[in-house]
Amino acid sequence: MYVAVKGGETAIGNAHQLLAEDRRGDPSVPELSVAQIREQLSGSVDRVMTEGSVYDPDLAALALKQSRGDQVEAIFLLRAYRTTLPRLAVSLPIETGSMKVSRRISSCFKDMPGGQLLGPTFDYTHRLIDFALEAESTPQAEGKGQLADHLPQVVDLLNAEGLIERELPDADDAAVGDLTREPLMFPAGRDIRLQNLARADEGYLLALGYSTQRGYAKSHPFVGEIRSGEVAVEIDIPELGFAVDIGDITVTECQMVNQFMGSKSEPPKFTRGYGLAFGYAERKAMAMSLVDRALRAEELGEDITAPAQDAEFVLYHADNVEASGFVQHLKLPHHVDFQAELTLVRTMRAEIAAANADVELAEAAQ
Amino acid sequence: MTAPATQTDPVTPDAGIAARQRRLRILARADRAVLEAALAALPQQPEWRRLKQPETGLAMVRARAGGVGQRFNLGEMTVSRCAVTLANDGKMGVGYVQGRDRRRAELVAVFDALSQDAAGAQKIEQLLIAPVEQKLADERRARDAKVAATKVDFFTLVRGED
Repeated sequence: MYVAVKGGETAIGNAHQLLAEDRRGDPSVPELSVAQIREQLSGSVDRVMTEGSVYDPDLAALALKQSRGDQVEAIFLLRAYRTTLPRLAVSLPIETGSMKVSRRISSCFKDMPGGQLLGPTFDYTHRLIDFALEAESTPQAEGKGQLADHLPQVVDLLNAEGLIERELPDADDAAVGDLTREPLMFPAGRDIRLQNLARADEGYLLALGYSTQRGYAKSHPFVGEIRSGEVAVEIDIPELGFAVDIGDITVTECQMVNQFMGSKSEPPKFTRGYGLAFGYAERKAMAMSLVDRALRAEELGEDITAPAQDAEFVLYHADNVEASGFVQHLKLPHHVDFQAELTLVRTMRAEIAAANADVELAEAAQ
Repeated sequence: MTAPATQTDPVTPDAGIAARQRRLRILARADRAVLEAALAALPQQPEWRRLKQPETGLAMVRARAGGVGQRFNLGEMTVSRCAVTLANDGKMGVGYVQGRDRRRAELVAVFDALSQDAAGAQKIEQLLIAPVEQKLADERRARDAKVAATKVDFFTLVRGED
């Protein structure tokens, strides 16, 4: 039961002032600029854009500054901001095959056309704290050689035998579900599942993806390809009657290939899971692709035995704005609720005590 | 989808559309400072009226499962847009840019409008489009080279058994 409570305005105002002061920290230390956050904490910015579901690096950086670096709080700020803006357009599907790649690797195909490009990766670093970064520096990377104009997606390119399932486009006039417009309903199509997973909390997806590797769903995944880089976004311009490319966004894509032993209806083959996220978000895209594949269990005729295969469980608990809202609402005054529960527990205890007393009396009388 | 030809281009409609698409693609990637400087560098300052007020909103970014399959909504991006008409000849221009800078959208629309006849298009091409395109290409080449330098060269260790 909710009851309106008045009071506390002064305390709330002062609490927010204290938060602002604490957020700023020691005033003798220079204040962070939004541009500094955008340029130098891009990993946080990318996560906030992906889960906030709005691509805008400056806005995500500002949200991080406001939330004193608390990512889930910053994601919440971005989600709230987006509700103030009108929807001007829906883009044509981005073409990740035409990506201007910064990174592109495959763990399945060593000799893929265009080659393995490590790009700006943490892989193969020793994870030793670099104390040199306590001082300022301007590192310069070496440039050498050229990239091919077009780097085809290797999973489709090297699938001559057809042993890997093909992803087929839907009809041009088919509806595409949109969780920003309609509530989540079941059964959820792959369009809805992928949108939900793209916005989903990274830690949650990582844990679910990990569970599929540890045996909670029959998953034998290989990285068909991971690529990060820029893709152009094209939208139809109503004033012109044709589409225009309005800018580039950075995305990370993971094509996971999973061994599949076959089922009653399907012969053995490799199946696929897909992950896509804004920015450099390799861990997120990989985890997403594992969970996408696990959620295809029903479609592929697999037994649903593990949490990651349970669409209702996975999709209902994936959104950290919803989850954090419901968990954190427990902090709000529940004084009346609690008083009612106290009364209930007192009554129950009194009834049990009275019943016990009756039994003792009866026993004593015998 | 068919589209009307640009008003006075002496070229085929498709070529006119392709030229305008290229121009708008490059203009959408120009910094605001570059657009302002190009405006200031015009011999005659253009006057324009807003057909559509500069506005910031969202575009839903679509993607495809597996990169090529079923469409889904990935997430939104901020977009700003504006439409203008020139005071002297009534030519119309539109600007759509990524992000929340409405002034950039308006300036793109002005340069689009100024490019709606052959002479104007040539002038804007030299003043703004070609230099921005060159800068973008240079940046791309430099970035590509740095990425290309991270390409893995596999080699096989030959076992000395004979």
